[in-house]
Amino acid sequence: MLKVSDLHAEINGKEILKGINLEVRPGEVHAIMGPNGSGKSTLSMVLAGNPMYNVTSGSAEFYGKDLLAMPPEVRSHEGVFLGFQYPVEIPGVSMMNFMRAAVNARRKYFGEPPMSAAEFLKLMREKRAIVELDNKLASRSVNEGFSGGEKKRNEIFQMAVLEPRLSILDETDSGLDIDALRIVAEGVNKLKTDRNATIVITHYQRLLDYIKPDIVHILYKGRIVKTADPELALELEERGYDWIKRELGEE
Amino acid sequence: MEKSLSQYIELYRETAEALDAGSAGVLNALRPEAARIIETLRLPRRGEENYETIDLPAILGREYGVNVGRLRLNVNPADSFRCGVPRVATSLAVMVNDELLPPSEKNFADPALEIDSLANMARKNPELVGRYYGRIADPANPLVALSTLLAQDGLWIRVRKGARIENPLQVVDILGGAVNMLTPVRIVIVMEECSELRMLLCGHTASGSTDQMLLQTMEIFAAPGSHLDIYDLEESAESTTRLSTVWLHQEADSSVLINGMTIYNGVTRNEYHCRYAGEGSELKLYGMGIADASRQIDTYARVDHDSPRCHTDELFKFSVDDRASCAFTGMVRVDYGACKTEAYQSNRNIIGSDEARMYSKPQLEIYNDDVKCSHGSATGQLDEMQLFYMRTRGLSAEEARMLLKQAFMADVIDCVRIPGLKERLAHIVERRFAGEGAGCHDCAMECPTV
Repeated sequence: MLKVSDLHAEINGKEILKGINLEVRPGEVHAIMGPNGSGKSTLSMVLAGNPMYNVTSGSAEFYGKDLLAMPPEVRSHEGVFLGFQYPVEIPGVSMMNFMRAAVNARRKYFGEPPMSAAEFLKLMREKRAIVELDNKLASRSVNEGFSGGEKKRNEIFQMAVLEPRLSILDETDSGLDIDALRIVAEGVNKLKTDRNATIVITHYQRLLDYIKPDIVHILYKGRIVKTADPELALELEERGYDWIKRELGEE
Repeated sequence: MEKSLSQYIELYRETAEALDAGSAGVLNALRPEAARIIETLRLPRRGEENYETIDLPAILGREYGVNVGRLRLNVNPADSFRCGVPRVATSLAVMVNDELLPPSEKNFADPALEIDSLANMARKNPELVGRYYGRIADPANPLVALSTLLAQDGLWIRVRKGARIENPLQVVDILGGAVNMLTPVRIVIVMEECSELRMLLCGHTASGSTDQMLLQTMEIFAAPGSHLDIYDLEESAESTTRLSTVWLHQEADSSVLINGMTIYNGVTRNEYHCRYAGEGSELKLYGMGIADASRQIDTYARVDHDSPRCHTDELFKFSVDDRASCAFTGMVRVDYGACKTEAYQSNRNIIGSDEARMYSKPQLEIYNDDVKCSHGSATGQLDEMQLFYMRTRGLSAEEARMLLKQAFMADVIDCVRIPGLKERLAHIVERRFAGEGAGCHDCAMECPTV
């Protein structure tokens, strides 16, 4: 579904991604790990279309279409979802209005009429249950005053509503306590089918105990330097990144 | 004398008799002094202190007629609007220019709420009206002087001692005419001791009107223990000029909320002059303005803390797009004796284009050291990260911007204390940002089917 070839990207003139190659097929779970500053978040931002990042060369195809040519909202309609590391607070915009606008924007894209109020409420109720999100959060402003755990659960809730074909979860585990981590991970697992795929970006093996990846990549200095089976994550946890650096002939 | 004002002095000299005949003694008595003031007046130029965007000499120099002969104008309120979603229960009164149409009896059954044409009331009870008319407004203020010179009528509202008016009052003022006109409107609101009123004032311009200039002067007297909420909504037209001054005199333990909202306009100057003349009072002074195309909204807000233990909350927000320009000049002055004052002043703005302009000057002048005061101003653009976040969920950039702008105005709308009005205003603001035109369906309220 996703084919990234030799992707280079920069922000404020500083090159962060230096030739990423990545292929994701339906039904797969990929984990991307790597030390701080290696470009993990940049990769997720570039794939989701953040206009602050500038793609200098390379390509990314999503089901044969040029992903990089699409504005962020079209990527969303086509089925790309980004779960933010730091979900953005939007004071004054209620979660309800936000989700209704999101759902109806997608329906419009596919030439469908807006969802009725009753249908929409039913959808919200169903999806909320997946991540045990409190009903009262729905009436509040988007992410405003949410705890760290609530914000991350809210991301997975939105993912459940939008039913993406490819979900990119950027450090969804950061800032979560053990219970919240379990709820979030279970939410992701519940949403998994053989038709969708997930890219999990994380620092820690811990999340991968809950969300089992098929493939683990190590991103270092803007490149994927190692791709292997899930054992790699365990090895990293044990040996740290220095081992990778040595393997690459550094230090 | 100012060249742009000489036409009005000439008009006054030529038509003094007709002016007086169409009005009442209390109003007429102040004209000669107003004329004397105008003859020596120098109008502030654009860019001068407290006049950042508005160009008074240019505006007043244009040729406008004044309806001295009090010809009945052919404005049918029912043609001007019909409210699509009337959901707010109010007692409704309608004004056409400066004239109050006879209110229906069933709407105003409560004898504690006195509402009348100002000239009428001044004829019936000159002693009462004379106690308030022209007493709170500063006669040397250029807009007041001009209004005092030419005003013939307006609105009188009095709430009797101890009365709590349950049903909100709504006054719709429709400005209109077939020629370019300057319309002075005087409003006097007297809140007697421990009285309570919430009112909504809707300023409209009749569709199909030529250039209209509203010169509105509102004097508010809040007696001890009184509570007053005023929501002053402008939904006029691009060809409308509004020059409005509000003068508030607050006595002890009174509570006043003024919320001035400019939804649609042409050129607007809103001045607020508020003074605490008694201890333990509070004022919530809020406002918002939405300006695009080449609209102008110039706001001046002055609060004089002349008494101890008073509390002011001030918040003004503007959204400025295209080539529009807005200004906020705020001044909170705390006098020597005004200990235990609390005054918080805030102005926040979003700018949506390179050519849009916002001028902001939040000021405090404090002469007492036992006070809590703050002032702040922030002007910026919509948050890129918020926009991006919303777009990743499928909202178009335009839709995301619209939602964020609505959200930006949310706290000004949230302060509304008339049931149902908050929701209506949120809807009006939503439609405004969606670019849907002003008009009947935008009108906030139950509009008349006269």
